[in-house]
Amino acid sequence: MKLKGAIAFATATVAFTGFAAFAETKPMDVSFEDGMVAVSLTGQAGDPVEGRKVFMNRKLGNCLACHQNADMMEQPFHGEVGPALDGVGDRWEEADLRGIVSNAKNMFPDSIMPAFYIDSGYERPLEKFDGKSILSAQQVEDVVAYLLTLKE
Amino acid sequence: MKRALLTTACILAATAASAGEDSTLSIEGEDYITQTAAPEHMEYVDTIYSGWTFRTDETQALQMDDFDNPAFVFLDQAIDQWDTVEGSEGKSCSSCHEDVADFAGLKTSLPRVENGELVTLTNLVNECVTERMGSKEWKYSGAKMSGMTALIAHQSRGMTMNVKIDGDAAPFWEQGKELYYQRVGQLDMACSNCHEDNYGNMIRADHLSQGQINGFPLYRLKNAKINTTHGRFKGCMSNIRAVPFKEGGPEFKALELYIASRGQGLSVETPAVRN
Ligand code: HEC
Ligand code: HEC
Repeated sequence: MKLKGAIAFATATVAFTGFAAFAETKPMDVSFEDGMVAVSLTGQAGDPVEGRKVFMNRKLGNCLACHQNADMMEQPFHGEVGPALDGVGDRWEEADLRGIVSNAKNMFPDSIMPAFYIDSGYERPLEKFDGKSILSAQQVEDVVAYLLTLKE
Repeated sequence: MKRALLTTACILAATAASAGEDSTLSIEGEDYITQTAAPEHMEYVDTIYSGWTFRTDETQALQMDDFDNPAFVFLDQAIDQWDTVEGSEGKSCSSCHEDVADFAGLKTSLPRVENGELVTLTNLVNECVTERMGSKEWKYSGAKMSGMTALIAHQSRGMTMNVKIDGDAAPFWEQGKELYYQRVGQLDMACSNCHEDNYGNMIRADHLSQGQINGFPLYRLKNAKINTTHGRFKGCMSNIRAVPFKEGGPEFKALELYIASRGQGLSVETPAVRN
């Protein structure tokens, strides 16, 4: 019984990985147009609840380091480096937000905002981050879905 | 153009956000220069501020009273070290130098070029340790070295920073400047992104300063010890997920010269106190 469960789980994992590899756009294959990214990176709808977590997590988005966000007043210490993100879902379309989160420098040249979905092109990365993007494709989709909920 | 606007916005933000902006650093009746006109070579900043300016009232107060300043415990240890014989020559610092107070003024001009090489205070101390005392080199940011360099730099407290950046110092200064503006790490940021474009702003819980080094070596509440300039550079580079340059290596020495030159005119505050 136990064994059967394990096999079923393994099969599901393989199936999932196989699917993700097929559908997911790799960081360097993302196509930008005027800073925007029109097509979903995963083909799977973003989850705003997950996106909210990624946004505040210091090891993931850590977006709060630079942006104030009235939706997170329970969190102390909102940064002032970037603009407040209240109402950002009114100001920008989904494709804009996907572009900004994936690589903000395509929208705002010379921005301090890190590119969350590139895995090369940066200098002297610490070894454990080398060849990796800060967020996964699905985490980007989740953050974008969350940003779209920020309406005024 | 965009750059100029950004800087102006930052100065305004700094004025609005910092409680300590207008307060005066005064220790034992002596006033310190914590804010002054930027040196001519700085293109994007009008006024330079000591890191003290951006700290909370509580942290500021710790630096205003030598009895409260936790750094002095480490300076006392360094005074003991000053008289400690070590190495094959049977000498201590005091065998050759009558009084550590004779080093007044030294920190204001460091790093400097000697025989074509850029040397820091740490290099000068290690030269004595190895060549004159016949001992093993002290670790660049180790406890012995950070204490001793803090004690020596402290003799210049209240004097203004004045490093040489032209002549034979120029190529080192240029290298340091390049490193200051070079983006590194997975987060792809330069020192300037935080300490020039955004000083005065909060980055999560941290109030960004101009990243000046006039108070170094200094005491940090965070790790309860004396911290060196190269140690701090290393910390900032790790935070942006970059492989730091080597402490005592050519890159950090050049960066130290360049950043010291961005603080020309500020008082030496060693040992400062930071969070
Ligand atoms: C180190 C600072 C920093 C971090 C971290 C950061 N941003 Fe930004 N962000 C900025 C800045 C600065 C701007 C303004 C554009 C510019 O650079 O001029 C900006 C702009 C934006 C905008 C456009 C806002 C508007 O109203 O026009 C969005 C959306 C955004 N960021 C989302 C995010 C999200 C989501 C994250 C985390 C996954 C994040 N940012 C992390 C600094 C940052
Ligand atoms: C992501 C933002 C960021 C970047 C990039 C950054 N720093 Fe910092 N740095 C900080 C923060 C936060 C502090 C602590 C608060 C303060 O003093 O600004 C700090 C403090 C310092 C201090 C201590 C200042 C004092 O008065 O105690 C120095 C010196 C410094 N940084 C130098 C550098 C150098 C050199 C670089 C580039 C190699 C760099 N920083 C890059 C965020 C940054």
